[in-house]
Amino acid sequence: MIKSAKQLAELEHSYNSALAGAAARIVVCAGPGCAASGSRAVYDRLVEELTERGSHVTVDYLMENGAKPGSGIVALESGCQGFCQKGPLVRIEPEGLLYTKVHPEDVPELVEAVIEGKILDRLLYSDPATGEVYAREQDIPFYQDQVRIALHNCGAIDPEDIRAYLGKKGYQGLARALTMEKQDVIEELDQANLRGRGGGGFPAARKWAIAAAQDSTDKFIICNGDEGDPGAFMDRSIMEGDPHSVLEGMAIAGYAIGASQGFIYVRAEYPLAVKRLQKAVQEAKEWGLLGDDILGSGFSFDIAIKQGAGAFVCGEETALIASIEGMRGMPKPKPPFPSVAGLWGKPTVINNVETLANVPRILQQGAKWFRKVGTADSPGTKTFALTGDVANTGLVEVPMGLTIGDIVFKIGGGMRQGDTLKAVQIGGPSGGCLPGELLDVPLDFDSLQKAGAMIGSGGLVVMGQQTCMVEVARFFMQFIQAESCGKCTFCREGTLQMLEILERITKGKGNLEDLDLLEELGRAIRQGSLCGLGKSAPNPVLSTLEYFHSEYISHIVEKRCPAGVCQALQRYLIDGERCRGCGRCVKACPAGAIGGNVGSPYMIDQEKCLRCGACVDSCKFQAIEVRA
Amino acid sequence: MPGATAVEMRELVDSILTRHKKAPSSLIPVLQDLQDELRYLPEDCLTMVAHGLGISPATAYGVATFYAQFSLEPRGKYIIKVCDGTACHVRGSSPLYQAICKRVKLENGKATSKNGLFTVETVACLGACVIAPVVVINDKAYGQMTPEAINLIIDELEKEDGRDQVCKTAS
Ligand SMILES: Cc1cc2nc3c(=O)[nH]c(=O)nc-3n(C[C@H](O)[C@H](O)[C@H](O)COP(=O)(O)O)c2cc1C
Ligand code: FES
Repeated sequence: MIKSAKQLAELEHSYNSALAGAAARIVVCAGPGCAASGSRAVYDRLVEELTERGSHVTVDYLMENGAKPGSGIVALESGCQGFCQKGPLVRIEPEGLLYTKVHPEDVPELVEAVIEGKILDRLLYSDPATGEVYAREQDIPFYQDQVRIALHNCGAIDPEDIRAYLGKKGYQGLARALTMEKQDVIEELDQANLRGRGGGGFPAARKWAIAAAQDSTDKFIICNGDEGDPGAFMDRSIMEGDPHSVLEGMAIAGYAIGASQGFIYVRAEYPLAVKRLQKAVQEAKEWGLLGDDILGSGFSFDIAIKQGAGAFVCGEETALIASIEGMRGMPKPKPPFPSVAGLWGKPTVINNVETLANVPRILQQGAKWFRKVGTADSPGTKTFALTGDVANTGLVEVPMGLTIGDIVFKIGGGMRQGDTLKAVQIGGPSGGCLPGELLDVPLDFDSLQKAGAMIGSGGLVVMGQQTCMVEVARFFMQFIQAESCGKCTFCREGTLQMLEILERITKGKGNLEDLDLLEELGRAIRQGSLCGLGKSAPNPVLSTLEYFHSEYISHIVEKRCPAGVCQALQRYLIDGERCRGCGRCVKACPAGAIGGNVGSPYMIDQEKCLRCGACVDSCKFQAIEVRA
Repeated sequence: MPGATAVEMRELVDSILTRHKKAPSSLIPVLQDLQDELRYLPEDCLTMVAHGLGISPATAYGVATFYAQFSLEPRGKYIIKVCDGTACHVRGSSPLYQAICKRVKLENGKATSKNGLFTVETVACLGACVIAPVVVINDKAYGQMTPEAINLIIDELEKEDGRDQVCKTAS
């Protein structure tokens, strides 16, 4: 049981000196990307190898027996280290070396190098553009422009060991808050101007102040871990990689508004996040950092984990509240806002995972420190999930105000080989698709809104030339249409209409009036919907209509998909030079669309062709071409 | 415990309800636990749950149909979730999905194969976008999938099931 701030500082010190006692620490990334590329096998092999060589030492051992200088090597698993493209990643501490694409077979050689204090060149990252090889993580261009506040511990510590979090000054932000007046905690947050990272950018302090001012014996804190935007995994990485930062943020919020119960609502698709959070809550309780009379302050706070059940709209705060109450997740009209009447009608502050992960750091280091990063109106950082056709996919955190171009080309290393940038999709189904010309737009709440997109939760999907923007618009509309809860007519019916039109266009059956109709429907849905889902549903369509108008025209007028994606618009043609007239394709075609005589080149009847591709697979002479 | 008898189902429902203290607000966690055990939510069980929590069967049914996680149809031994989130979509999840449906011989409009072995579903983002396109089979994630690679994995699962069957008959 920890009873005082002084004890927290002592534990910080004892954990760090225990770690420093080891000759080295080998940290294997076990984030979602690395785990799927086999990081577990690397870790198991590592422990085996170290044990065989008699060089394995655990943190427990070092903490109990004190460290003898050079007493063995510690092996740890961490949350996401970010550079997922090159996973499984292995970092060597204290030198900060980063090894990429490490496989179990590499482990003996790697351990050998660590023991001998050498660098294993062949596993280092080499920049494909310049050929330069980097040994230390912090020198790699991917990490250079990043600033880690919310992800400070993610990838650095063992998320299943509370001592590791304490070693990073964990719970010291809470300890400081508990010595302050409640309104001063809110004031500190207001000074920092921390804006909600869940998409809206609403100042957290303002929400807290409203809830604090309510006269009610029961108040609640909810952490929104629904992260429904496809193409986003920042909140997942924080919950899995640094769960205690979320708990600490919630406890601070609870103290500031006078709540004693918190809930974390986690997406059904994130079972590991649930497990880690549960473990973290249990450990925090055992150590007296959650529960009754925290650090002898008289403040009590408990947290329960709630699992979502697969509904995008439950990310919306009022729908999320309905879902925790055990009902269908349908949004309610606001006001009343949750901070006045939320869960079970009580004042409730609902904040996003990343917002809450920033809170302990602000309380620890102060608002001034926080405001040194980012822009005046959007201070701090934003995490992004960088995915799609970019060379370096991964999890990044950058100061607000960096441009899209900086992220894609400096951090992301540009496009995958041979591709060029066509668009950047930002903000998920509520966001928009921005063309290459807008690479200079700074990533902050207000600039993006002006450009017709939104920061959303932070999914950044980079799209190359093989992407059809009309198809992307159709894809998002299909998503929204399926996820609309059905309450508002405009959202329910309007999105269906828009989807039908977009499907028509991708099949080459659209006409020019459809484009006006899309805009008109988009405006109507925006105005006639209750919640953000409907209000922002037309964004992907309207932004592609604005920036990629000519692609719509190609589909409609020329019946051609320039990217060659829309199946119905592809044409299958037989190359008369190559065709030997063997007749295999005739037998393979399920539609009887191929005609001709054995021995001379065959022809495909475009009217009958189903574009199934069976003929292409059957041809031995590569004589059938697919044209956009 | 798929294939449970009526008595077993009642016992299961009762134990889950007790675990959640029969609070009406625990409807969703109760259904989640139930589906974990049975792989789907049989209609009879929904009614039992509703009675146990003191809510109307219509409410329970309304919740069960609202959330994508719940299935009112029996599901296969292997649940194949193909991610169709943005990152996976732009990296070719649609052809992948089609290839899987073809490989496990799904009939029109059905999500579960006739032999009851495979259920194929799409989900929007599994949060592993860096290794797109992603397929998750019973909670194990496979990244950078191609139709060829997933076919090999399905071959393996069929073999594994064959071995399970042999073990069952042997015991
Ligand atoms: C359709 C819809 C989906 C949303 N999904 C999420 C989500 O997945 N995660 C999240 O934090 N906020 C989401 N939000 C925003 C929440 O309603 C709410 O504004 C947010 O959780 C507040 O936290 P913040 O102020 O810390 O950003 C969504 C909103 C809408 C309209
Ligand atoms: S889009 Fe498929 S895992 Fe995120």
